[in-house]
Amino acid sequence: TSILPSSPTTGFSVPSAEKVDGFPRRSMRRARQRRSHSSSQFRYQSSQVELTPLPLLKDAPVAELHNLFCKKLQQCCVLFDFLDCVADLKGKEIKRAALNELVESVATSRGVLIEPLYPEAIKMISVNIFRTLPPSENPEFDPEEDEPTLEASWPHLQLVYEFFLRFLESPDFQPSMAKRYVDQKFVLQLLELFDSEDPREREYLKTILHRVYGKLLGLRAYIRKQINNIFLRFIYETEHFNGVAELLEILGSIINGFALPLKSEHKQFLVRVLIPLHTAKSLSIFHAQLAYCVVQFMEKDATVTEYIIRGLLKYWPKTCTQKEVMFLGEIEEILDVIEPSQFIRVQEPLFKQITACISSPHFQVAERALYFWNNEYILSLIEENSQVILPLVFTTLYRVSKEHWNQTIVSLIYNVLKTFMEMNSKLFDDLTASYKVDKQNDSVL
Amino acid sequence: MQHKSKMAGADGDDSLYPIAVLIDELRNEDVQLRLNSIKKLSTIALALGVERTRTELLPFLTDTIYDEDEVLLALAEQLGNFTMLVGGPEYVHCLLPPLESLATVEETVVRDKAVESLRKISQEHSPVDLEVHFEPLVKRLASGDWFTSRTSACGLFSVCYPRVSSTVKAEIRQHFRTLCSDDTPMVRRAAASKLGEFAKVLELDYVKSDIISLFTALASDEQDSVRLLAVEACVSIATLLPQEDLETLVMPTLRQAAEDKSWRVRYMVADKFSELQKAVGPEITKNDLVPAFQNLLKDCEAEVRAAAANKVKEFCENLPEDSRETIIMTHILPCVKELVSDTNQHVKSALASVIMGLSTILGKDNTVEHLLPLFLAQLKDECPEVRLNIISNLDCVNEVIGIRQLSQSLLPAIVELAEDAKWRVRLAIIEYMPLLAGQLGVEFFDEKLNTLCMAWLIDHVYAIREAATCNLMKLVEKFGAEWAQNTIVPKVLGMANDPNYLHRMTTLFCINALSEVCGQDITTKQMLPVVLKMSNDQVANVRFNVAKSLQKIGPVLDSNALQTEVKPVLEKLDTDTDMDVKYFAQEAISGKYTTLSIFFLYEVASLGPRSKWPILYVSERSTMCPAECVSQCER
Repeated sequence: TSILPSSPTTGFSVPSAEKVDGFPRRSMRRARQRRSHSSSQFRYQSSQVELTPLPLLKDAPVAELHNLFCKKLQQCCVLFDFLDCVADLKGKEIKRAALNELVESVATSRGVLIEPLYPEAIKMISVNIFRTLPPSENPEFDPEEDEPTLEASWPHLQLVYEFFLRFLESPDFQPSMAKRYVDQKFVLQLLELFDSEDPREREYLKTILHRVYGKLLGLRAYIRKQINNIFLRFIYETEHFNGVAELLEILGSIINGFALPLKSEHKQFLVRVLIPLHTAKSLSIFHAQLAYCVVQFMEKDATVTEYIIRGLLKYWPKTCTQKEVMFLGEIEEILDVIEPSQFIRVQEPLFKQITACISSPHFQVAERALYFWNNEYILSLIEENSQVILPLVFTTLYRVSKEHWNQTIVSLIYNVLKTFMEMNSKLFDDLTASYKVDKQNDSVL
Repeated sequence: MQHKSKMAGADGDDSLYPIAVLIDELRNEDVQLRLNSIKKLSTIALALGVERTRTELLPFLTDTIYDEDEVLLALAEQLGNFTMLVGGPEYVHCLLPPLESLATVEETVVRDKAVESLRKISQEHSPVDLEVHFEPLVKRLASGDWFTSRTSACGLFSVCYPRVSSTVKAEIRQHFRTLCSDDTPMVRRAAASKLGEFAKVLELDYVKSDIISLFTALASDEQDSVRLLAVEACVSIATLLPQEDLETLVMPTLRQAAEDKSWRVRYMVADKFSELQKAVGPEITKNDLVPAFQNLLKDCEAEVRAAAANKVKEFCENLPEDSRETIIMTHILPCVKELVSDTNQHVKSALASVIMGLSTILGKDNTVEHLLPLFLAQLKDECPEVRLNIISNLDCVNEVIGIRQLSQSLLPAIVELAEDAKWRVRLAIIEYMPLLAGQLGVEFFDEKLNTLCMAWLIDHVYAIREAATCNLMKLVEKFGAEWAQNTIVPKVLGMANDPNYLHRMTTLFCINALSEVCGQDITTKQMLPVVLKMSNDQVANVRFNVAKSLQKIGPVLDSNALQTEVKPVLEKLDTDTDMDVKYFAQEAISGKYTTLSIFFLYEVASLGPRSKWPILYVSERSTMCPAECVSQCER
């Protein structure tokens, strides 16, 4: 879960839904269609300015450098129509070259970033990146299955993001100067861009927001609050936001730095935002990042364990087996780091749910639950509490071992039963005996 | 049920036993049981009586139910109808505590339902109770910590405002103002969405002094999701204000919204355009809305253009009569012409669904000169949906200029749609065939379209063959039995000898559909012999469909034909080697019974009124499957 952007032109990973079964998915059919582009950059620009190339920054005498830098920033405020790919090629090239120079200059030379350049730089960035994202070309866009619509103006936009990132990372960067221009309004607009369908853009935004959070301390609380609002809107209003995974990734690294004892703001975030995020239809897209955040919270403060587990049990998927497997995965991650004293508090409801999963007719669900017994630490927890857990799971295990259609499940259950027998043979025999008596009584009735 | 509830059953009264069970189930581990019990809450309350409902059941519900959202939703709904069960309006405030906590839960549907119930019971409060009990609840919600309660409060202001004293009114206005500038966008959205409703109950002076400033603020909120809700409120607010105030109080904001930088806001303006037009009146429409509408039709975002295109007809219709034609011809039509060749198919198809309506407004000459070329262009559009939308609205043009003007271009368009590679497109055009046939007349139909209708009968997609069958029936309804006998019956019956069994079955399906509209004579003389002959078909599917067809056309035949021709064949099929053929032959023989049983199955499946079936009444708690019901019916 590195926060650094991998290569900005990362290809798209194979959606996990494709691996589930052999049926051709919609995406397979769509793949043949051309990848669509969209842009909302070129809006309401009536008078198009003609650009003329400026002298190169590297050739400029030191006295002229800042002035030229400033002029280049201003030049880069002109926007171009990328949906018409042949329009004003000359202008586009001039801007691209200027952006490249700016990126290089801010990344390599020292002493370029002086105070008067801050407002110009932030203005150039704002003009280029802040825009109302275009409506999705595919109203039922499913990030798991469909190709995203890519931002048409990316050739320029990427360089602007690159410039912004280098700007923030420059050793000359002065938070005290930047905070006048990178303010709450700026951050809010930045956060709205996380809804971009273009994964390349979100990757940049993620790194940039992380840097902003790291360097501009005064904005931290505001950023957290606005992320909360985005998530709450996603959960309870729209069920649609493309950047949930990226925002969670940032939060994952933020949670790590929370002070102890946890502030009530942070606990509230866990209980009222992170846990309800598990109900989202599109959970699979950001589940890894979400589970990471949840585990971070637990490692920070073990007393939140019970909230987390009871919350997950409350939102346990009822019909979606794919999500059930994800929940089980998260439970295992949690159990991996749970404190034994906390385990005791939740073991009963938890193992009732696990038992229900074991008897699921969907073999992947049953299998995922049974894998818990392969985990050394979980096994030790079960062993310590076998007096409680064994009676909870025994009947189901016994019954499913006789009834399940899938051979793998049956043999896994035999292993689990064997483990129990070795763990606590007295209890095991008692339970077996009483099970048989019950069974006989049933058949008599 | 080891432990009895303390509320009921404790006194050993047997008549309360079912209630004790229900109350126990309120705490059962199984969600479904809790849900069932909550849904019978009124039964429980009725049995407990008003006093124990107030003193025992409601506190129990308020305290102990922390539950699944599904259960909470049912509870929120039930409580809205509980007034009589707690003792009438005098005690209705007892319902407030549980509803208050339900109005703060996270899940939106539960909260909305709780607010709905609160709104309902607010009307049952006396003015005094409203101030003593209801209004404090609204205040508590409005100043709650978490956004959920503040969101819920937004929906409650307008129901109590009209019935409270002026001091309390001032407080309510203050609370509403606060929520409009809440920190959380969720709350501002809730407030914005209730702004129009709240404005309606306010005194006009306060509308001008309070609402307008809130409206202006929300309409320039930093989040477009808030701004777009203000557009909705604009309609109600504009309706409330006298004409002379509109220009200064509403129009600046509306103009700004129509040019908002977010397409979502512009979309909202386009979507509400007809309402806005009515609310601001003819003068402002002429001066302001016409140019705004032109801009929306030319918007850079296809979503906005499509929304505006959808409103073209309504907007033109509502233009003031004295200048309607001029405005349309000089301002609207040029934009419409551009939309006909828009790059986005949704825009074109939105336009195609309303453009024909303009002909009634513009009259014959303008239609022929200006609209007809557009219709023709859209009929040739590459996108099938555009063509379909034009064809489906032909009746509007028919009234003005007659359909002949179009028929030249209509035919190729129909033929192309009829052969479209997508079966859904073919299906859609089939559905318009009866309409087209009616407007084009029998001659044109026979000449040009009949072949198409017959070709669909052998389409390789079943849904098309089925629709084609139904289409034939509708055509016969239009053109009469004689026409059927001459044009389609021979062709349908000819398919009975087709080497493909699917086509032979289509003959049977057509006969099923046509027998009734064709009447006894044609059915007995022409169709029946073919059906009977097919009982010797070598494919079992054809044979059991013969049995089904005989059952279907039975009512059209006379008893003589049934006895001498149908019965022997069914009896022969009853001894068939194939199980299914036997089954359907038996079904047909005992026709009366099966009709009933099928009808009954349908009743159960659709949860139809049980009262129609008093003898078959099954206990409400039974989860009997339909098959069991049928066997009951047999007994």
